[in-house]
Amino acid sequence: MIKGTVKIDAKICKGCELCIIACPQNALGLSSNFNEKGYRYVQLIYDACTGCTNCALVCPEAAITVYRQAKPAKKSQVKSE
Amino acid sequence: MNEKLLLEDGTELEQVFCRPDTLTDVPYHYCPGCGHSVVHNVLMEVVDELDIQDKTIGVAPVGCSVFAYHYMNIDMQEAAHGRASAVATGIKRVLPDKLVFSYQGDGDLAAIGTAETIHTVNRGENILIVFINNGIYGMTGGQMAPTTLPGMVTSTSPYGRDVHMSGYPLKITDLVAQLPGAYFVTRQSVHNPNAVRKLKKAVTKAFEYQMQNKGTCFIEVVSNCPSGWKMTPVETIKYLEEVMFPYYPLGDLKVPKE
Ligand SMILES: Cc1ncc(C[n+]2csc(CCOP(=O)(O)OP(=O)(O)O)c2C)c(N)n1
Ligand code: SF4
Ligand code: SF4
Ligand code: SF4
Ligand SMILES: [Mg+2]
Repeated sequence: MIKGTVKIDAKICKGCELCIIACPQNALGLSSNFNEKGYRYVQLIYDACTGCTNCALVCPEAAITVYRQAKPAKKSQVKSE
Repeated sequence: MNEKLLLEDGTELEQVFCRPDTLTDVPYHYCPGCGHSVVHNVLMEVVDELDIQDKTIGVAPVGCSVFAYHYMNIDMQEAAHGRASAVATGIKRVLPDKLVFSYQGDGDLAAIGTAETIHTVNRGENILIVFINNGIYGMTGGQMAPTTLPGMVTSTSPYGRDVHMSGYPLKITDLVAQLPGAYFVTRQSVHNPNAVRKLKKAVTKAFEYQMQNKGTCFIEVVSNCPSGWKMTPVETIKYLEEVMFPYYPLGDLKVPKE
């Protein structure tokens, strides 16, 4: 499995949970803490992220940065340019 | 974007997604889960990818997205309620080398601005019209809009929209698709990751067509209004799928013959 992770800007998260239902790995969940605005923010609760970017695409607040393991370069594929 | 991250076990990760550069740092004023924010994100992502920040001019409407210019770090102009496509017409005609779009809600575009909308498309103005249809007047407290579905409860239709009294929901996107000035007309959404990917492709195409002076591109986004609909954001996704999309089917309504 490709490894990935997300960084969530808890300060601007509004706890809408749209990222939670978009995550195929069920890796996201609401924190029991609140941010300054009074929202329960989202956290990576389960180390299963594959860096698919689904959560970041649907996040209204553009609060999610996604990282993914670099694909190992295939030796057979030579760039034709 | 090429930032790297080293995990404790030594795995090296690359950054594959981040907040669009062309968004300002101002946090959105929109309610939690509101589709307006996602559409703003997509628009600015495309502006980043096409590298057109210095060439793009947006026209903001009256409605919840009245402050769109706080967030989109491009040149923007505010228009009076419903008149954004007329204002965009003027800007594009004076500055034909700029990429011009209007951003409008359903109350703005399909109620008070119906005439402007139809005539802008009928003239084939070389602009992009982005139409956020959440079936309600979000900003003013969730009143019935021309786009409100039959039976839908709003603050001015507490027993649900009665089509005998208020008429049927106006499918203005189907209407404008009939006009010869319309070059590319599509109905999209932002309710899941694939929908967001598709919207991004449609916006990219629309800007490319504008660069080729093809005429009006019109993108409807069937969106949500958690506050006006009195639902949680997650509940609005189900409502979109089960109630909104059957009435406003997603997909292209007019594609260029190539
Ligand atoms: C000339 C004029 N008439 C009426 C209003 C009141 N008004 C403000 S926003 C709005 C409707 C907004 O609905 P929509 O365009 O669907 O935007 P949303 O908030 O749902 O995104 C109305 C009627 C106004 N500001 N100006
Ligand atoms: S990137 Fe994909 S797998 Fe990782 S948290 Fe987001 S949705 Fe889940
Ligand atoms: S989608 Fe964004 S704002 Fe909503 S809960 Fe997830 S991180 Fe927070
Ligand atoms: S009232 Fe509706 S459209 Fe306006 S910001 Fe809130 S959820 Fe979005
Ligand atoms: Mg509306």
